[in-house]
Order: sequence, then C-alpha cells, then structure tokens
Amino acid sequence: MDSLVQLTGVSKTYGSALALHPTDLNFARGKTTVLIGPSGCGKSTLLRLIIRLLDPDAGSIRFDGATITSENIPELRRRIGYVIQDGGLFPHLTARKNVLLMASHLRWPLPKMETRLAELCALTRFPESALDRFPLELSGGQRQRISLMRALMLSPELLLLDEPLGALDPLVRAALQKDLKEIFARLKQTAILVTHDLAEAAYLGDEIVLMNEGRVEQRGTVDDLRMKPASSFVTDFINAQRGLALI
Amino acid sequence: MKRIRKTGRQERFLRKLFLSCFPVFLIATSSLSASEPILIGSKKFTESYVLAEIAKRAIENAGVATEHRQGMGGTIILWQALSGEQIGLYPEYTGTISEEILKAPPSLSAEEMRERLASFGVGITGELGFNNTYALVMRRTIAEQKAIRSISDLRNHPELKLGLTHEFLDRRDGWGPLAEKYRLPTQNIVGIDHGLGYEALRNGSIDVKDAYSTDAKIGENDLIVLEDDLQFFPRYKAVFLYRLNLPPEVVAILRRMEGTLDEKRMIQLNAEAERTKDYARAADLYFRDANSPRATSIGEPFAHKLRRWTLRHLQLAGLSLLLSILIGIPLGIAASRGGWIGQVILGFVGAVQTIPSLALLALLVPLPFFGISVRTAIAALFLYGLLPIVRNTATGLQDIAQPVRESAIALGLEPAARLWKIYLPIASRSILGGIKTSAVINIATATLAALIGAGGLGEPILSGLNLNDHVTILQGAIPAAVLALLVQWGFDLLDRLLIPKGLRL
Repeated sequence: MDSLVQLTGVSKTYGSALALHPTDLNFARGKTTVLIGPSGCGKSTLLRLIIRLLDPDAGSIRFDGATITSENIPELRRRIGYVIQDGGLFPHLTARKNVLLMASHLRWPLPKMETRLAELCALTRFPESALDRFPLELSGGQRQRISLMRALMLSPELLLLDEPLGALDPLVRAALQKDLKEIFARLKQTAILVTHDLAEAAYLGDEIVLMNEGRVEQRGTVDDLRMKPASSFVTDFINAQRGLALI
Repeated sequence: MKRIRKTGRQERFLRKLFLSCFPVFLIATSSLSASEPILIGSKKFTESYVLAEIAKRAIENAGVATEHRQGMGGTIILWQALSGEQIGLYPEYTGTISEEILKAPPSLSAEEMRERLASFGVGITGELGFNNTYALVMRRTIAEQKAIRSISDLRNHPELKLGLTHEFLDRRDGWGPLAEKYRLPTQNIVGIDHGLGYEALRNGSIDVKDAYSTDAKIGENDLIVLEDDLQFFPRYKAVFLYRLNLPPEVVAILRRMEGTLDEKRMIQLNAEAERTKDYARAADLYFRDANSPRATSIGEPFAHKLRRWTLRHLQLAGLSLLLSILIGIPLGIAASRGGWIGQVILGFVGAVQTIPSLALLALLVPLPFFGISVRTAIAALFLYGLLPIVRNTATGLQDIAQPVRESAIALGLEPAARLWKIYLPIASRSILGGIKTSAVINIATATLAALIGAGGLGEPILSGLNLNDHVTILQGAIPAAVLALLVQWGFDLLDRLLIPKGLRL
C-alpha cells in the first residue's frame, strides 16, 4: 500500500526512560489512523517525532518518500497540519488572523486567502461572524474548529491531531467528532489522530494502533482488537472502556 | 480585506514603539550637536556659582558664547574636568591648588604654582582679591556660654558635635591634620552637606561646622568664626584656573577681574545670591557697582529656566531610555533562552542595579570617553534602565505557554518570524511594563545628573540644597514628580496602542 509516512526503527528516550521502543510503522494515504493507549504509552511522542518537536534518538522517518531531517523539516511542516488539545491558538491574534497567519506570511494574494477562509468556515461549520473574535472570546469547541482551520489552511497532505477533542464537554465533542469524520472523508485527508477514547477511535479511525509502554501492541480495526486480541493487555484495554456496547 | 491588511502592522509593534520614541531622540540629538561654547565649571557652593556666573557674564559681554555647568561637585571632579579639557575654566582657591591639586607644601610660590599648573595645560589668573579661608564657626550664644573663642578652646569640649562637609573631612588641609595640630577630640563628628549644615547649626543638631570666611550665612545666622590661633589654614585667595588654549581675549577678560573683589564685596555678592536665590542677580551686582558698566542683563525668567531644565531632563531620560530599549530587548531575548549566557546577562544587569546611582556616576567620570558630560549621565541612566527591560523581556518570553510555542514551530514559521509575529507580541505587556518602570526610574534618577554638570531638573534641587532654600528645591522636585506621573500616564496610553487587544481581554 502507498504510505505517506514511514517510520523505521524510530526510538526515543527521556533521560533514562524509554518513551518509544524502536518502532516500524507506516501510515497509508487517504486513511485516518488512530493512535490509542493509556497515558504515557508513547502515542503523543510518536506525533511529536513526526512533526519534529522531538528529535528521534535512532531510526528514520520518511514523509512522501523523503527522509525528514532538521534541514528539510521547516519546509515539510508547511505540508503537515498539527492540532493539539487546547488548540494552541495565538492569543494576540483574532480567529481570522490565526487561520491566515501562514498564508499571509507566505504572501498569498488577498482574494485567494479570503476564498480559502470562506471554504474552511463552511467545511468546519465555523460562523464567519465570529472570525474577528480573539481566542479568549471563543468557546472551547469554536477554538478547536479554528485550530483545525489553521492546520488545514495550506491544504496539508498530512494532518496530525493530538487529543483534539480531549478538553471538550460530551455534546460539543460528539458534534465535532461527526464533523471531523465528514471533513476527513470529504478531503480524503491522511490523518493520524491520538486519543485515549476507544469509542472515538472506533468512530473516526479506518485503522487503530493500540500502544502500551512505548510499544505497538496491536494494529487493526476495532473488531480485530476485540475478536483477535494480540495480548491480554489488548483484552484488558478493550474491557476497560465502558460504553463499548454502543459501538 | 481591510482587516487582513492590518495584520502586519499590529504585529510589528516594536517598530511602532521605536517610532514613538523618535521625537524624544530628535530633541535630544539636535541640542547635543549645537555649536560649542566655552564651558565654565563651578563647585557646589554659592561663591563658586557666583564667580562662575560673573566670568560667564564678562565673557559673553565680549560676544563669546559660554555655558555654566553649575555645581559640578568638589575639587577633584572640577580639576579632572579642566585638566581633561572638558571645561574651559572654573574658579579655584590658591590654598586648594597647592594642597589638593598639586599636593605641594603651603610655601609654594605663585611662580612655582604657575609653572606646575602649566605642565597640565592649565593657566592661572592673579588673585581676585579676597581670601576665602576655611574656618570653624558656631552659634554666638553657645560660644559665649562656653567661653570658646579660638579653635584651641575646642580641645576642652569633647561634648560638642561637629558637622563637617565631606570635602573638609577628606582634605589634606582639612579636618584630619587640623585635629592633629590642635589635638582636638574626634568622637562627635558627622559628615553633612554644606547648606544643610547651617540648618543643623540653627536647630542645634550640631554645634560646630566648617565654613568659608566669606560665607554670607555667618552674619545672617549670628555665628562667630573661631580664631585660627595656630595659623593652620592656608590662604585661600580666589583665582580662575583656565585652559591655556583658551582664546587670548577670553584670558584677558578674566585677568581684568584681578583685584576687583575684596572680602566685603564678596560677602555682599554671596548674600545677594542667597537673598534673591539667583546667582545671575549677584553677578549683576558685581557689574553694576564695579569697573564694568557693560552688564545689563538680568536673571533668566523662571519660565525660561523651567523650560531649559525640563527639556534637558527629557533629553537625558529619553536618550538613555532609548538606548536601554535598543540594547535591553535583544539582551532580554538572549537571556530568555537560559543557559550560562542568560545567567551572565541577568547577573550583569542585576549587579549594575545594586551600585548606588551616585557611585555609578562617580565611577564613570574618570573613564576616558566619559568625564564630566551629558554623555556620562546618559550612560549611567542607560545602565540603570537596563534591568527592568532585560528582566521583563526575558520573563515575558519565558512565560509563553508551551502549546503556543509548539504551535508556532509546527506551523513552519522560521525562528525570526516566530519571534516577531508570535513571541514578542505576546510578551509585549511584560516588555512594556519593563520599559515603563525604566522610564519612571530614569526620570527620578536623572535629577542626579546635575551633580556632574549635565543639567536637568536636578539643577534647582542642587542649588536649593546649597542655598538651603526649599522653594528652589521644589522648583526642581515638583516638575520632576509631575514628569514622572506624565510618563506613567503616557505609557498607560501606549499600552492600549501597543499591546494587542486579544491580550487585554
């Protein structure tokens, strides 16, 4: 299968603690892969290694065929969107300016920026009238929509989402899950999403990667995990998640 | 569309900040680069001010521009300024020249004195007439009560409190040798400013103080001069010391003043200065009564003086603040990255702040580039202003939340763009807070600039201290306080312009 991102023997330690054992993983184009597991399992570390907020200790990561290095990462980051739990919006800029920041930095013509902004508002169901508010004036859900718009502004080939809905209340969360699923489908977006919620993983992911203590425990669909667990940990993890019956 | 176009402007808030400082910078540089008048120095007491003012008037009447750097301090500072060619002339006393400047025995002849001064490129006029010797004075009532007439009589009164000027305490012809010669008790000694000393005498905080024999205060306060029965004090005949490279016509003007001032007239002029609180008026009196009928000008009007002081004050505080901003923000950015460089930077600016401002001025004066000048005052204020700006820049940047930092990196902004578009604007409130603190400190500290003749609102404060005149002190102190408040308000307004609205919610 055609992979957009390939990890080969990638490992990472923090001090003496091994955060990620040497890991090989491929992420297919056009698919949503969900990284799931308990806190400290290495799922966020994996995302941060891809966008190079962390340097790997060993191994290599290829993006669209090219090995990611500290030299080419500034360019590559513009082809990768990154959304985090609390949005990481810039508090001194309005929603509009947060979204347009990179485009205006890259000197896009104004009409092109406006057109793209309108598209994104429609796509993420963000009300255009709220674009001139500052992050502090937006609700949690609106902030995440803006964060998503900012990540999608340059039409990235890869979207990384680190617990994007983790801090939202259940109703907002459900609405955003639905919208995310539609957006991914409509854009045929390659996405890697980190969550600790199996229901969310099952709903959004084409494929699930279950991690524990810096290793991949099992990779497959939610049914694979449930029916053919690779280890007792997988069974325990599945059983621990309540509400599974609703899936 | 309009909003998008505005994006870049709000982000470049620092550029706006520099622009808003620009008018101050213009005022400051324009008057610094004016044509160079002959600088006349004076020491920090009435008679020296008056003599300098008389010289200024005499030279200006001949059409040569001069500037009087009032009350620059004591002998050492003035001598350094003169031998270092930072001033053209100042009034001095023969006793001081042999004892303090040349470190020679009192027996030095006038001819020898002239030769040795010439080796520094300095010339000396003949004596102006009067002898202003050091003297010890006390209240007539106490002196009579204790039957004290001469300095020798003090030997039997260790209970008396002596309030002596710092210069007198340190001089070779001052307190140390005097006490030794007269075998005086040395327990009850305090150091006190000359002008304040008279106040202390009057209210009984001290009993004896050093004075100059032409001091108008002696008569006014009903003090008696203790007889120098062992002839300890050398003769202090007033003269002008000048740079030998002054134009000959200027030297001729100074020499025309030789022998024109006896003790009685000098006391009169000193009294006039202290009465009118205006040294120029005393100079007028000299020209009115004496051999020079040319003097016509009267004292500078207050509004004009206030304008001059305030402009110079703003110049000092503004230029130094501008330097502190230009150097302090980059230092703060470097310090925010931590590591040993950050430690060194914060350690250095912190250490500078612990030096008392007066000492910092005194430390800069002997350095080659500085000396007695506006430069020195600006440099000292600049160093003082660094800490708040550097520290606030560093903490403002360090306080930016990790997710915000990482989002800026993950978006693909280059390091410079991250700094200018994201980090500095978010830290702007803290940085502006530092600049505001720095500005207010600078306005207050700039009053000390008058000590090294750099002028400003410290000038009336100094002469007021010297004249022991509260009104004159307030003429400097009130505008300085008002200025500090205005600066504070100005920066509060600037906050609204420069701190992005999203941070003020």
